[in-house]
Order: sequence, then C-alpha cells, then structure tokens
Amino acid sequence: MLSSAKCWAGDLVSAFPKHLLAMDDLDAGAIGEVLRVTDSFAEVGRRANPKVPTLRGRTVATLFFEDSTRTRMSFETAAKRMSADVLSFAAGSSAVKKGESLRDTIETIQAIGMDAVIIRHRSSGVPARVASWVEGCAVINAGDGWHQHPTQALLDLYTVRQSLGGGDEGLARFAGLRVTIVGDIRHSRVARSQITAYAALGADVTLVAPSTLLPPSLEGWPVASVSHDLDKVLATSDVVSLLRLQAERGSGEYVPTMREYTAGYALTARRALELPPEAVILHPGPMIRGVEIASEVAELPSARITDQVGNGVAVRMAVLFLLLGQPASLEHMSEPPDSEPIGGPAPEGGPRG
Amino acid sequence: MADPGTGRMSPTAPMELLVRGGTVVDRTGSRRSDVRVVEGTVVEVAEGLEAAPGATVLDAGGCVVSPGFVDLHTHLREPGREEAETIDSGTRAAALGGFTAVVAMPNTEPALDSAESVRNVHALAQGAMAHVAVAGAITVGRAGERLAPMAELAALGVRIFTDDGDGVQSAGLMRRALQYAMDLDVTLAQHCEDKSLSGGGVMHEGAWSSRLGLPGQPSEAEEVMVARDIALARATGGRVHFLHLSTAGSVELVRRARAEGVPVTAEVAPHHFTLTDACACGFDPVFKVNPPLRTDADVAAVKAALADGTADAIATDHAPHAPELKDLPFDEAPPGMLGLQTALALAVTELALPIEHIVALLSWQPAAIARLDGASGGTQGGDVAPGRPANLAVVDPVATWVVDPAALASRSRNTPYGGRTLTGQVRHTVLMGEPVVIDAEAQR
Repeated sequence: MLSSAKCWAGDLVSAFPKHLLAMDDLDAGAIGEVLRVTDSFAEVGRRANPKVPTLRGRTVATLFFEDSTRTRMSFETAAKRMSADVLSFAAGSSAVKKGESLRDTIETIQAIGMDAVIIRHRSSGVPARVASWVEGCAVINAGDGWHQHPTQALLDLYTVRQSLGGGDEGLARFAGLRVTIVGDIRHSRVARSQITAYAALGADVTLVAPSTLLPPSLEGWPVASVSHDLDKVLATSDVVSLLRLQAERGSGEYVPTMREYTAGYALTARRALELPPEAVILHPGPMIRGVEIASEVAELPSARITDQVGNGVAVRMAVLFLLLGQPASLEHMSEPPDSEPIGGPAPEGGPRG
Repeated sequence: MADPGTGRMSPTAPMELLVRGGTVVDRTGSRRSDVRVVEGTVVEVAEGLEAAPGATVLDAGGCVVSPGFVDLHTHLREPGREEAETIDSGTRAAALGGFTAVVAMPNTEPALDSAESVRNVHALAQGAMAHVAVAGAITVGRAGERLAPMAELAALGVRIFTDDGDGVQSAGLMRRALQYAMDLDVTLAQHCEDKSLSGGGVMHEGAWSSRLGLPGQPSEAEEVMVARDIALARATGGRVHFLHLSTAGSVELVRRARAEGVPVTAEVAPHHFTLTDACACGFDPVFKVNPPLRTDADVAAVKAALADGTADAIATDHAPHAPELKDLPFDEAPPGMLGLQTALALAVTELALPIEHIVALLSWQPAAIARLDGASGGTQGGDVAPGRPANLAVVDPVATWVVDPAALASRSRNTPYGGRTLTGQVRHTVLMGEPVVIDAEAQR
C-alpha cells in the first residue's frame, strides 16, 4: 500500500528546515533556536534605527491570496528591517484575478527571482504545494485554510516565554505548563499550530470547545485532555488561548447562537477571576470583544494580546534569518555603515540603544 | 432495438488470428489452450493448434487468455471535456488496459440524458478501440429533480442508468426511478453520497483530514445512501448497482443485503484497495477522488469484499482531468484519477487473489452487470468458446513494469502511480477479432 508516513509528526528535523510550512517542521531544538534569535531581533527593534543589513540583496515576496492586515504588515516590516527587498503580490490586484493559475503565478515569481515567498491562502496546503514547485526559494506559511499558521504559534510561544521570565529558563518552564485553548478549534489554523508548538516544548494542552467545533478526529494529536466545560479548567490553566469565533459558525450550524456560545465559552470577567494569579491570556486576533473575550478581560495586565502583535515582527525576523541568513551567525546584524551608529550585534549581550 | 453489445467483425481484423501458448481462463475454468479466431469469431479452442498460412499469431506463452475486460465505470469526457479525454484516447487507454468494452458515464457536457445525446456518443464511438456502452442519466441534467426519458434511452440499448458524480439525493425520486427501471429491465447504478453529510468535504473525514485542516466526507455520507438504496431495492425489486464502494460499513451493508437476496451488485475501484487518506498529506490533488481515499481498515474491507463475492467487479472510475485543474489547491481541484491502464496491474499487485478470480472481477462479472454478456445477447464476457465473438485480454500475470504517466494513452496525466513498479501486464487485446494491442503496444 502506498502511504506517505513521513508527513506525520515525530519525523523531527535536526537542522533548520528549508521551508516553514507547519509547526511539525520544527522540533524543540529548532523552536528554541527561533526564540533565542528572536531575542536578538527584539533588541534590534528597540533601537532608534531598527534596521540591520542582514538580508541586503535578498528578495522576499509576500503572496496573500486572502485578506490580512496584521500578518502581512508584520512580515513586511520584518523583511524591511532586515534590508530585504520586499515585493508584495495581492491576489486582488494581480494576474491571479484574471484567471492565472496558482502554478503559473509561482513560476512567474520564481522567474523574477525570489529568496523567500510568504504565502497566505484560503485553501489548506497551498504553501506545501508551492514548496514542491520552487527551487532555491524558501516558502513560509503565513496561514493556509484551517491547516497551519506557524509564525503565530511561534510568537505565542515567545510571548509566553517572556511572561515565564524569558531566556532559556523561561523556555524550560514550558515543561508541564498547563495550556488551555478555547474555541473554534475545528476551523482554526492557529490552534493546529499552537497545539503542536506547545506540546513540542512539553506543555500539557487542554482543548475546550463544544463537540461541533472540535476536529472530527483528535487521533494522534498531542493533547492532554478535552473539556466542554470552561469553568472546570480555569483554575488549572497557566495559559488561556482564545480563538476567534466567526459569526457564521454561531448562526445555528455549529452552535445555535453567538449568545449561547458566549455563555459557555467566552472568557468573561467573572471567569478571568478563576484563573491562577500568574496566568497569561492570549488571543491571536482579530478579537471580537464580547463574543470570545470580554472587553475588560482584554484590558487586564495578564492579557498579552498587544505584546503578541509586537513580538510578531521580531519572531518573523528570526524565521527569515534562520531560513535565509546563510552565514550561520548574527554578525550581519551590525548597523549599516551609513546609518547612525548606536550599537553593535548583541546575540549574548544585554539590551542596547 | 439496437443492441450495444452486438458488434460486427472489425473491418481491419485479419482473416485468421491464432493466440498460441496461453492458459485460457473463463467462467468454465482454466486450461492450457490455443485460440483460433476466424473473421472475428472464436472457432477453435484446443492445445497444439497450427497457424494457417497468413494467419496472425499472438504469443501467449506464460499468459492468461481471458474474455476481454469490461469497465463498468469510465469517464470518456466526450462530449464537452475533450481537452481531458476523447472517446478515441479513452478507448485506446481501455484497450491497453485489456478492456474490450467500457460503460461510459453520462456526466459529460451535456449530460447523456436524451436520445439525441446517446445517439451522438454511439456515432462518435464508431470504430473506437473498445466497445462503448452508454450509461444514461437517471435524472434530467443529472440534477436529481425529474426522471430522464429512460424508455427512450433503453430503446437505444442503454442498460445502466446513473447520475454518477452525484447520488440521487431524494429517496422518493430514487424509489420511483427504480419502479420505472423495472418495467424497462434496466439497472440503476448509484454514486452513494448524502450531500447533507458530505457537503464541502474534499477527502475522507478522519484523523488525516483533521490534521491537514481539510473538510472531510464522513463514511456515513456513503453508508446512509447504501442503506437507503438497499431498502428501496428490497421494497421495489429493482436492481441497484453500487458504484465505487469505499467504506467498511458499506461493504457490510451490501454483504448482508446479498445474503438476504436483495437485488444489489457492487464494484470497487482500484484506488480504493491501493491508496489511503494518508496520501493526501502532501496536499497533491492527484490523490483527490470521490468517494475519497479511506483508511487502512476500509482498504482491508473492500479487499475482503472482492475476495468473498460481496463485490462483483473491479471498475476503474477512470476520470481524466487536464493538468491545469490538478494544479489547483486541493479543495478546489476536481476529483478523479486515471484508471484504465493500471487496473489489472493494481489488482495483481495489491490483491492476494488468484489470477482466475481477478479476471472474473474484470471480465464476465461486470459484463453481466452491464448486460453486455452472451446471456444478454452481447459480445462481452462469457466463455472463450467456438462461436463466441473474439473479445480477449491476454495477460502476463508475472511481468513487471513501471508506470510512466507520459506514456499513457489518455490525454490527461492524473495518475498517482507514476514511477511505481507494478506486477501484471496486459500483453495483447483482441477486439472483435482485431489485435488492437500487441505486446503492450496499441496497434492504432
């Protein structure tokens, strides 16, 4: 029988992969590497001139077939801060709209010459297909269908690691960390990436959702438990990660009404009080206040939603660096000669600037 | 009434053909025999036949000589999708796969739901490299709303009706179609898929679809319609043929219905006993079919169905698609894969069945379902015996070959087996006395 077992998780990579298509591409060592490199780029981001020549002469394309504001801006900012040339293909304005096939679009882009393409598509698997078509070009999945959104999971990990004290010590504290993911897991690429990511670092993941919003099968998922009662798991949640509920899911097909969903699964102010004092609240955005998260909960100090967005740029710089920055060191992070000299590279050093 | 199974000797057939050195396998058993064919008809089946001067001799040493294969499930795409396949290219692929007859599915553009459209295909199929038996649509435009003029089509020789690509969603309409079909002595072939369960699903719903974030079709989407149609066949006495059974649950339903004597038959497609839903892991739409590739347990169940007689036939569901359509994202690409040229080899490679059983599943059993066999007045299936039309497949059951998508006769290239080494090769195919394939090469 033909089967393609190598796609299953557990076939872990030793070196950093050629593409970032799914969290399964990264083992715990590679995740740690991303987070450590992110520290360095976060430091760059705090400089008066947050730009380094690391990717000078390299060309990065963003190819967004599905609307996105924050992810696209985050990736483009990351690439520009590394001095890459950034080309931006929006499906709405390109030949795609005229009926050009995906493959032709990719071949055109490859003919122009790209070092990396960052793809978002409404269909699961498009980045993987593109990766099978291109040569000498890294493919980064910026969200595909219900499948994966690996950089979102990485920035969640980075944000949680900060709240755990940062550095390798913070990383070590993921072991046994109780992570609760709440909401529409069935249709969520963020959840699929998060679950793999947290589990890779040794966290215990609990899923909370009505059965209609869980995947049809959790066979093989690295999940410690599943609950349909949010109130029962709050007291034992070190991290609560909320997922967006799209309005059409709450119109009677998956859950009867949005109101009923909110009553059972929203993180309300009352529920937030049940969390342990050090608990972290995350939301990948865009959040619908009043549906999955109460407005006042989103404003709590324990809610790190704005940090998530801020960390996104540094995490994506780290991913671009690890995929493209061939010299396997951070030497290229020095200031461009023509820029204001503020500080040098500081992979191990403290904050500068 | 025109009978689609009654053909004439091919005008290009040699006066005399001798198939020498093989083992003849048919319903009556197997025996070492040569087969002499004169003017398209088998005249002698015996050992040690001498070739007459000028006769064409086909070497069948080490081979099985079977009645020609009959595919119950071929999408020839003409009219409407000639860029994907034509009757000419599709029947060439059929001949290379050992098929001397194919049942052409009616989901062409336009659908084969009228006498005119059926006559058109009959005309286009004149001189094709395999006999083309048309399946008519059950409902007008395959829309599932009102019955197609089945009597008019039956008068043109149509013996099977199906809305394949879709199942008839309305139980009430299916019941009426079965009652009407009984009057005409025709069979309804069902693509079992309850759309309220499968809607939007692009692969099997299970561990892999959950992991890959692709919407799935649960097994129940197939099984509820199998169960429904068994109930309707039992109630009406009308014959239902189940197309491409793919789940363990469907197999069990059919097994019990047959034990009970309900008039149902079933086919299994080669990909459903060869591939699983794990193949979707790279998101390559070449692995997208409908019904979808299922699990290991389902593969085991359909193999058991073929072994124990629950399933009567291996049918290809040969479904060509132009390359640009298979370069679409997985959820947008059309379902279907090529099947005609790999069916025999996949059966030999994947099924632990004797070759006699495999040729039964490919030849006289499907011929009987399609009413193309001798008992129905047709030219297909049946025995390799004096007086029968010479439709033969000569198969080397131990030869190995590597699937080269570019070398296939189809206009399309959507085979998932490229590069795979298979055991079992169709060596020669004889259509109404004409050797249309010799040594695995098409002769026209």
